[in-house]
Amino acid sequence: MTDSFCASAVRGTQRLLVGALVFAFACSAALADGNPNDPYESFNRPMFAVNEVIDKYAAKPVAQAYDNVVPLPVKASVGNFFGNAGDLWVGVNSALQGKFGDAGIDLGRLLINSTVGIFGLFDVASELGLERHDEDFGQTMAVWGAGGGGYLFWPVLGPRNVRDTIGFAVGTYADPVSYVRPVSVRNSMAALRFVDIRASLLPSDKVVEEAALDKYAYIRDAYLQRRRNQIFDGRPPRLDD
Amino acid sequence: MLVQRVTDDVLEIIRKDKDIQNGDTHKVIELVDKKVLPHFNFSHMTALALGKEWRKASPQQQQQLTAEFKTLLVRTYANALTGYKNQKVVYKPTKMAPTDTDVLVRTEVQQPGSKPVQLDYSLEKLESGWKVYDVVVAGISLVTNYRDQFGQEVRNGGIDGLIASVAAKNKSLEANSKK
Repeated sequence: MTDSFCASAVRGTQRLLVGALVFAFACSAALADGNPNDPYESFNRPMFAVNEVIDKYAAKPVAQAYDNVVPLPVKASVGNFFGNAGDLWVGVNSALQGKFGDAGIDLGRLLINSTVGIFGLFDVASELGLERHDEDFGQTMAVWGAGGGGYLFWPVLGPRNVRDTIGFAVGTYADPVSYVRPVSVRNSMAALRFVDIRASLLPSDKVVEEAALDKYAYIRDAYLQRRRNQIFDGRPPRLDD
Repeated sequence: MLVQRVTDDVLEIIRKDKDIQNGDTHKVIELVDKKVLPHFNFSHMTALALGKEWRKASPQQQQQLTAEFKTLLVRTYANALTGYKNQKVVYKPTKMAPTDTDVLVRTEVQQPGSKPVQLDYSLEKLESGWKVYDVVVAGISLVTNYRDQFGQEVRNGGIDGLIASVAAKNKSLEANSKK
């Protein structure tokens, strides 16, 4: 189920996002309310509810089964493999943000892990002290000075403000997995990556469930803080209390 | 350094305790109570979470809210610890002068196959020693992440409404864990 689900998600992503963005903006004028951090809240909350159902009955059970059945070294290799596939785009974004030293490391990682690390299954580069960076096109646009453009919650994709939604759409063009043929293999890979990502979030599920007074708001504010931290590479200036 | 001593101490116990690894929340809370809590400043944490409204609250309200928020945070922190299995904690160098009274301790949790997770502690120097007043996971402050939710509750039912909400949340979590 997840397989065909992901396949259609990949295929229709860009078209769908553009349509939904337009819809969100159309709604915003009429629906705008209190929280300045969440101008599209009345669009987001129903989307969040939809996602909760998808997650409960599809994504989470599959991720749990994956987590229980697959031995740790295999899971680590799956994570490493997709990490390696993403390192080229990470490097491009490091360069676009003017961090050429980081970009060099990212490319070095790609070369080492693709060869010595056997197609990226082993993260040899990290063992050698070449640290993995956390960059994407959403962060690049932020560094260039683009505003966040309001918080959005998408089913399946989760929380992304307008800037990160555009960043994600651009990123799908730079995703090596999307060029894998035959299409059935590409879809299986996309599905596996989705399950791997969801499985990596399992430990935080219980924390969020128990910690939040309002799960929607807890996830939104966590997303906003986390992205800010990423944009400033882990050293955001302090906000006033 | 305090953070390193306490962390190593606690993780060592968790590593040896199968009950905790299997998700025994009560046992972790006991452990956290004994080893970690003495080093936390919960009234500062609660003030941070509440923001401007803190000063408008009466001392009694501040006390009640701190007590309830402490219960909630301890459970969150304990739950995060039960997920601890194969990770390694790495301490980053901390820049500080001997005269500093406020310091950020940066650590990183590394696990196979995943990106390392940044875990930072803000500490302040009080008469009773260094106390943690904020815990930041991957850039997400476990404390200020409540700012909007608390604000919402205060708008709906005042400070007392907020205290009641957090208390109700704690009660329902306690009831669930007994099942």
